Amino acid sequence: MRAANRLFATTAIACLLSGGAYAQTLVYCSEGSPEGFDPAPYTAGTTFDASSKPIYNRLVEFKRGTSEVQPGLAESWEVSDDGTEYTFHLREGVPFHTTSYFTPTRDFNADDVIFTFDRQRIEDSPWYEYTPGISWEYFNGMSMPDLIKSIDKVDDYTVKFVLNRPEAPFIANMAMDFASILSKEYADQLEESGNLPMLNQQPIGTGPFQFVGYQQDAAIRYHAFADYWGGKQPIENLVFAITIDPAVRRQKLEAGECHVMPFPAPADIEALQNNADINVMEQQGLNVGYLAYNTQMEPFDNPKVRKALNMAINKQAILDAVFQGSGVAAKNPIPPTMWGYNDAIVDDPYDPDAAKAALEEAGVSDLSMKIWAMPVQRPYNPNARRMAEVIQADFADIGVDVEIVSYEWGEYLARSQDVKRDGAVLLGWTGDNGDPDNFLAVLLGCDGVGGSNRAQWCNEDFEKLIQDAKIVSDQAERAKLYEQAQVVFKEQAPWATIAHSVVFMPMRTNVEGYVMDPLGGHWFDGVSLAE
Amino acid sequence: MLRFLIRRLGLIIPTFIGITLVAFAFVRVLPGDPVLLLAGERGMDPERYQKLLVQFGYDRPIYEQYLSYVWGLLHGDFGVSISTKRPVLDEFLTLFPATAELGLFAILFAVAIGIPAGILAAVRRGSLFDQAAMGVALTGYSMPIFWWGLLLIILFSGILGWTPVSGRISFLYFFPSVTGFMTIDALLSGQSGAFGSAVSHLVLPTIVLGTIPLAVIARQTRSAMLEVLAEDYVRTARAKGLAPSRVIGLHALRNALIPVITTIGLQVGVLIAGAILTETIFSWPGIGKWMVDSISRRDYPVVQGGLVLIAGLVMVVNLVVDILYGLINPRIRHR
Repeated sequence: MRAANRLFATTAIACLLSGGAYAQTLVYCSEGSPEGFDPAPYTAGTTFDASSKPIYNRLVEFKRGTSEVQPGLAESWEVSDDGTEYTFHLREGVPFHTTSYFTPTRDFNADDVIFTFDRQRIEDSPWYEYTPGISWEYFNGMSMPDLIKSIDKVDDYTVKFVLNRPEAPFIANMAMDFASILSKEYADQLEESGNLPMLNQQPIGTGPFQFVGYQQDAAIRYHAFADYWGGKQPIENLVFAITIDPAVRRQKLEAGECHVMPFPAPADIEALQNNADINVMEQQGLNVGYLAYNTQMEPFDNPKVRKALNMAINKQAILDAVFQGSGVAAKNPIPPTMWGYNDAIVDDPYDPDAAKAALEEAGVSDLSMKIWAMPVQRPYNPNARRMAEVIQADFADIGVDVEIVSYEWGEYLARSQDVKRDGAVLLGWTGDNGDPDNFLAVLLGCDGVGGSNRAQWCNEDFEKLIQDAKIVSDQAERAKLYEQAQVVFKEQAPWATIAHSVVFMPMRTNVEGYVMDPLGGHWFDGVSLAE
Repeated sequence: MLRFLIRRLGLIIPTFIGITLVAFAFVRVLPGDPVLLLAGERGMDPERYQKLLVQFGYDRPIYEQYLSYVWGLLHGDFGVSISTKRPVLDEFLTLFPATAELGLFAILFAVAIGIPAGILAAVRRGSLFDQAAMGVALTGYSMPIFWWGLLLIILFSGILGWTPVSGRISFLYFFPSVTGFMTIDALLSGQSGAFGSAVSHLVLPTIVLGTIPLAVIARQTRSAMLEVLAEDYVRTARAKGLAPSRVIGLHALRNALIPVITTIGLQVGVLIAGAILTETIFSWPGIGKWMVDSISRRDYPVVQGGLVLIAGLVMVVNLVVDILYGLINPRIRHR
């Protein structure tokens, strides 16, 4: 292991030196250490930024800056009429990385696709548990084991996925990090030498950058892959300088020790914007923060009561007090950057008098309720306690008495799933694959009652729309169904939709071509440094 | 001496049991189910939850978990990290040299300044220097490390631009790790400028981590010197006309250093506690930062294994200090 480390570190130096111009080295001050370099066993964005994004490709890719899907390692694909068979036609002439630890003898083909998915689903494969304790969180989390019936190799450049039921979001799932395509030839080589865990430590992919070395908790180095099928990158070297503290990241950026940093502290944003050497990009995050009523408990089973309470919430006050400029008010359960967003929906106005009257009309008086405040910070809710207090004050204005409760995070997640739960829960969601199904079905579908559907809400009309949208594969048609579903949602008001976060990305002004990813990833292909 | 050693080694066993119990219990009383946290907002179906519980061994009775844990420890098995899936011992050994290097520099810095400052303060007792030095030492001792670190970064890296903000070496240099000590590896690599870069990265973290030991050593040296200076033999030395430098340097200092050496040994524990914050601020890839990350991830095996390894380390250092103390101070070993 140590000898191997030394070997590839030495090659690394050679790579770096042969690269010549140090000016073409881009340094990214990342916020944490990756858990490994095989993306599929993990769920953290930090790990994906360091593995799937620079090193690998997928059959289909998200078009940069959007949540739309475009061809990747598959040049095209067809869906059978019943929606259960997906046939992918693979790109030819795509080489894998050549490094000190692996020299490929063949290009990418169907065997690599089958290996990639079989290692996550075939339990007797030696790769299913190639490191003790490894598990395929996203593959399982997206219900892939139930969904996939078989994966068949039609020929070297054609692969057919047969599903157990129609599932239109499947194509978006294929663009997710867990679907990054690995080299079967490399895996075979490791298996032969009995060195399986190396797959997670010395990665081989087809992506724009190849792995050079990782100094644990300090830095990760990549080199532009000269034979990348999408063309060689303008920067020669990419370095992730792991810097956990946001205040220190800011200092490093300002001192020119790194070019790009993620997740600035909200308090630092203004100062960074005022720095002439720094450009602060911003984008709405693919997330939503909400307050979910328990729609199976009186009086919250009455939509009129829920609507009335929604009108009593002063969202602007929450944006000011809790988000401090890093949020926008939410009117729908999906974020505006997502396709299928219904912008025609009119939000419930903030009107305490009308709210009070509506509550009386619904026959509710002397209402007292609980609001659950999460104990952790999330982009969609940076301070749940404070948010709960603002809502508590708003509800007091219409004569509703609120008690704020909280639990330790694991407990909170578990208890809030209970159908008999007492109180409305503050929670949120960050999208996985840019598909509205990933929000609407997971968070509001009937299957989620007693689980991820914290409103315990099962509405026939809504359910029919989202189930239909799973079967249709045409995106425009699906978008229409989701737009209607949002109308039903707004009428029924199982949640008070609170906010979508705004994500800031400060970078040196000489960084060119960086595009923010609505899905929250950080990509450096196509990025260049001006002299 | 042999009896002293045996007695001292005998104490290690109950201490070891104590440490494993504390590490094990501490991790269990931390709120949070690691399996649920793994799933987050996404949730997990009960079947899968149960499977993972069994896989991690959390379904077994607590005493069984403890016994199998200790059994593993005795066989050198410190567990496997839940998040990185790597053996805890491997991770510790990879990261420890970074902490050792920083700790060594910090203690050298503390000794190099603390002892002369303490001597001078004692010799000039009551002078302006004495009061200033002890005032600064008290301030240093009470300084919150996190605040002190950020302050130095903002001043020396941000405003003045004299030192790098964080990390162990500039990203321009990349060479194989031979000893794990960046300064030595930089010299071995033969790359020009690498050594200078490694040293410049050490300056601020060394000062931050060395501040508390410096304060403690300065105060301890001062009071030990004062005590010794009041002894009869010092008066005798003075009376027979020895030069003041010889009286202080030879007669007084040698005796005063005995308690100071113990103090320096005891600073190892303080250094590790300090390393947790210092490494987090300066993105220093050592075991302090590793522990913080693991606690926030509820990575039980790492927190547990890390605690035992660190406590074991402190124990060994204390043992060495005790033995050294016994060697230089005969009164102890004969007691």
